[in-house]
Amino acid sequence: MDDVALETYGLTMRFGGVIAANRVDFRLRALELRCLIGPNGAGKSTFFRCITGLQRPTEGEVYMRGIETTGWMPHRIASLGVGIKTQTPNVMDSLSVHENIWLAARRFHDLREADRKTQEIIELLALGEIARDDLGRLAHGERQRVELGLVAAGDPWLILLDEPAAGLSAGDIERMTGTIRELNSRAALIIVEHDMQFIRSIAETVTVFHQGKVLMEDHVDRVMSDPVVRNVYLGKKA
Amino acid sequence: MPGSLTRDAITIALVTGVLVWVLPLIIGTYTLTVLVIYGMLALSLGLIWGFGGILCFGQAAFFGLGAYAYAISAINIGESTLPMFLAVLVPAAFAALLGAMMFYGRLGDVYLGVITLVVTLILFKTVNSTAGPQYAIGNARLGGFNGIPGFPTLNVPGLPDAYIWGDGYFYVCAALLGLVYMLVTALLRSSFGRVAVGIRENETRMSLMGYDVRARKTVMFAIGAAIAGLAGALFANWAEIVTPSLFSLGQSAEIIIWCIVGGLGTRLGPVLGAAGLAYLKFLLGQQALIDNALVTGLVLVLFVLFLPKGIVPALSGLWNFGFVRWRLPGHIHQRRRPRGRERTRNG
Repeated sequence: MDDVALETYGLTMRFGGVIAANRVDFRLRALELRCLIGPNGAGKSTFFRCITGLQRPTEGEVYMRGIETTGWMPHRIASLGVGIKTQTPNVMDSLSVHENIWLAARRFHDLREADRKTQEIIELLALGEIARDDLGRLAHGERQRVELGLVAAGDPWLILLDEPAAGLSAGDIERMTGTIRELNSRAALIIVEHDMQFIRSIAETVTVFHQGKVLMEDHVDRVMSDPVVRNVYLGKKA
Repeated sequence: MPGSLTRDAITIALVTGVLVWVLPLIIGTYTLTVLVIYGMLALSLGLIWGFGGILCFGQAAFFGLGAYAYAISAINIGESTLPMFLAVLVPAAFAALLGAMMFYGRLGDVYLGVITLVVTLILFKTVNSTAGPQYAIGNARLGGFNGIPGFPTLNVPGLPDAYIWGDGYFYVCAALLGLVYMLVTALLRSSFGRVAVGIRENETRMSLMGYDVRARKTVMFAIGAAIAGLAGALFANWAEIVTPSLFSLGQSAEIIIWCIVGGLGTRLGPVLGAAGLAYLKFLLGQQALIDNALVTGLVLVLFVLFLPKGIVPALSGLWNFGFVRWRLPGHIHQRRRPRGRERTRNG
């Protein structure tokens, strides 16, 4: 089962009477890069939270590399070698960039290796100049870049990113694209994203969510030109 | 982290040595001893609150448990060495259980405060109502609100008749505070300590990086309780009696005030805050013009208004500012970085 990074069967999440994710069957191959798109409230973020352990699905199963992880706490899922970035920036603001990345590296490496890994990530993401600054003082784009560094420091084989391009400038997005390509050479990725420009530049296969269900799963060009998808995005009746 | 642990240890030993030599020339050792003990108690909360992000309203519970564990076991055993260890272990075990319950139950900060407060109250009420002769552990009668007097005080390990008291006891307490301070320093330099600070900053991020936040907070909570328990045992030896007032909410509140005034997120701050405020209280206790609680309250209000970060962070900020200005005259010593954080979209 090593060629499958992530699978879900009938994943369902109900909030009272609202069904935010409805029997989602999903499959991601190793080293695949997949974008999840869909209008607001389509269920992509709920799906994301269910597979990362931030929420416990009402029904259904999640498998990572063949191991069932349904209902696991986030720290157990991360310990498998899964890198996770949430929608809002989640970083240690009053610590330095170096300390932030060191903490991420230390979880998976011994002391000496963690120091080396931290240096490597700082160079990879070109953070050398700001490595000793407190993270809270940095600009949004830099903070996003550091958070990507936190994700990469654990050498993950599966990376889950919720809106990595949110609020970034064009230059930052270009840099982010490069980093994601780099990460993709070693890990499978799921990216939840709104920014169509960004998706076009990195994605091959795209999964479209609508009303809690998977509406379509295909190559990015066919998805973008599909009339049903266009209608969903424009809010017309599908 | 700059500097080395050895250098820190030497600094701490030197400073402790100088203070132990100089301070008795100004203040009597009997008073100094209790200031040192309160310093250790404040350090225990300063560690778990300032570095671990756990605001415990019941640090006095562990202080009192340490004192009672010492008194009861000293009466039953007849000497002090094993009771000193029990006074550290009993509160630590109690805190590990309580902490596991709270942290694995994923309680929010507010409920953590409420529970630690209520546990202190329960201990206070329980011990208070054990006045009758039927309440005894071995040979030790708990004594209710009268407390337990007349237990064997600290002796040289292995020599039950060689009691340590007076000036000698002050030196023991000061050395133990120095030792605890060194251990706290080493802990904060270790990976465990650095991860604990990360958890204080952002629990979600740390768990998404694969750290078991619940287990680590429980361990941190137990370490804080162990230090508070040691302080409690030292206090029992100093006062030569333990009473339920050790568990009082007033005591718990005072520890929190010491930490705020001295400065959270520092090791030295809580120790200084405790010693300073306790000495102020001691001086005020010698007159009848102003009420003690009034002054403590006033000090807290003034600090929250004008020095919200506490003494030590304010002083070190001032020192850094002056130092950098002096070293780099005419240079812009702080690199300006863009401050604005764009807000992220929701969706």
